[in-house]
Amino acid sequence: MREIHCDTIAEAVERLSMEANYFLGDDVLLSIQGALRKEESPVGREILEQILQNALIAREDEVPLCQDCGYTVVFAELGQDVHIAGGDFNEAIAEGVRRGYAKGYLRKSVVAHPYASRTNTKDNTPPVIHVQIVPGDKMRIIVAPKGGGSENMSALGMLKPADGKDGIIKFVVETVRKAGANPCPPIIVGVGIGGTAERAMFQAKHSLLREVGRPSENEEDADLERGILAHINKLGIGPMGLGGRTTALAVHVESQPAHIASLPVAVNIQCHSARHKEAIL
Amino acid sequence: MNIQAPLTDEIVAKLRAGDKVVISGTLYVARDAAHKRLVEAMARGEALPFDPQGQIIYYMGPAPAKPGQAIGSSGPTTSGRMDSYAPRLMEVGLKGTIGKGSRSQPVKDAIKKHKAVYFAATGGAGALIARCAKKAEAIAYEDLGAEALLKLEVEDFPVIVINDIYGGDAYEDGVRRYAIAD
Repeated sequence: MREIHCDTIAEAVERLSMEANYFLGDDVLLSIQGALRKEESPVGREILEQILQNALIAREDEVPLCQDCGYTVVFAELGQDVHIAGGDFNEAIAEGVRRGYAKGYLRKSVVAHPYASRTNTKDNTPPVIHVQIVPGDKMRIIVAPKGGGSENMSALGMLKPADGKDGIIKFVVETVRKAGANPCPPIIVGVGIGGTAERAMFQAKHSLLREVGRPSENEEDADLERGILAHINKLGIGPMGLGGRTTALAVHVESQPAHIASLPVAVNIQCHSARHKEAIL
Repeated sequence: MNIQAPLTDEIVAKLRAGDKVVISGTLYVARDAAHKRLVEAMARGEALPFDPQGQIIYYMGPAPAKPGQAIGSSGPTTSGRMDSYAPRLMEVGLKGTIGKGSRSQPVKDAIKKHKAVYFAATGGAGALIARCAKKAEAIAYEDLGAEALLKLEVEDFPVIVINDIYGGDAYEDGVRRYAIAD
C-alpha cells in the first residue's frame, strides 16, 4: 500500500496542463518534418513550415500552441496498491486544471450547460477523467487537452460484422473526407474498433496517446492502419485543406473483442496540435 | 499581395481563390456567441457595436494575453459554425471573413451577391498569428470572456483567399489537384 497525496496529484496536473499546451511532442514534430519532405503541394509545404515555426515560438515564449487550449482530458492509470490521501481524487485533478489554466494564460473553453445557457465555467473545469486500475503502486497521469475543432469531426459507426475490414476503411475514410479542412489537417486519426459504443470511442481517443506513427503491436491492426492511411492520403485534402498529399500523419487503431452482432467503429480525430504530457506519481 | 482593412469593392474584385494575401489594419473578432448577439440586435433594430461597412470579421477566440503580448494565441476557429449568421452581416456591408474550413453554399452565394471574400488563416498557428497583432481591445459582450467582441489591429497577417466573388473555392481546387482516384 503506497500513499499518493491529492496535493501531489493537483501539482502534477497543473504543471502538465501548461506543458501540454506549450511544448509539442518530439514525435509530432518529427512526423511533420517527415511530411514536409514528402509534400508535393507548395502551399502545403508552407503550411507545414508555419506549423513547425509556431511550435518553436510556443516553446520559446511559453505560450499556447493553439488558442484552443482544449477540453482537458485526463487519463489516470492507478496502481491497485495506491491509496489516495488528503482529499477527493476527482477534485484534485480539477484543481490542477483550474490552477494550470489560470497560471498558464490558457483559454477557458468549457461551458456549464451544453445547450440553453452555455455559461463559461471560467476555469476550464470540469475535466474529463478516465481511470484505469492497473497492477502496482504508482499512478501514471496523462493530461491531454483536446481541441473542439478536431473533436467535432469525430464519428461513431455501428457497422454490421458483414461490413468487415473494407467497411471499416470506408467508414473511416468517409469521416475524414467529410471533415475536410475543419479539423486542421494534417491530422492523426484514432480508430477504436469493437467493445461497445462508448468503449470504442474511448479506445479511439486513447489511441491518440501513442507515439505518432508507431504501428499497432497487433499485426492485423497495423495492416489496417497502413491501409486506412494510404486511402486517406489519396483524398488530396492536404495541410489545412488547401490540397496536398499529407492529410493524415498517422492512423492509430485499437481493437478489442466485440459482440457477436456488432462491429462498433469509432473515429476520434486529432489535429496537428497533438498535445499530451505525462508524469508517474 | 498586401491589402489594407477595411476592404472596398475594388480590392475584393482583385482577389481570387488561392491567392496568398497579407492583411494589415483593423479586424473585428467574433465567434459563435457574439454572432448570435449581433444578429439578435439587428432583429431588434438596434445599432451594432461597430459599423460593419467594409469591415472584416475574424472568427477567433483568443487565449489570455501574457504580459508583453497584445493578444494571446489567436488562430482561427472553424467558420462553418458561423455560416447561419454570415449572409445577414454581409447584407449590412461586412466585406470579409477570416476563419478556417469550408463555407456553406448560402454563404458562398452571399459572397458573390454582396461582393465579399472569405479568407483562411492557418489553424493551430496560434502563437505565430499572435505576433501579427499590435493592439486588441474588447468593444462589446465582455461577459462572454474568450468570446467577447474585439477590435484587433494587425500587421502583415498572412491568409489565403478561399472563396472569391467569381465562385472560386480554394478547398475544392486543392482536392481536385491532389486527389488520387481509388
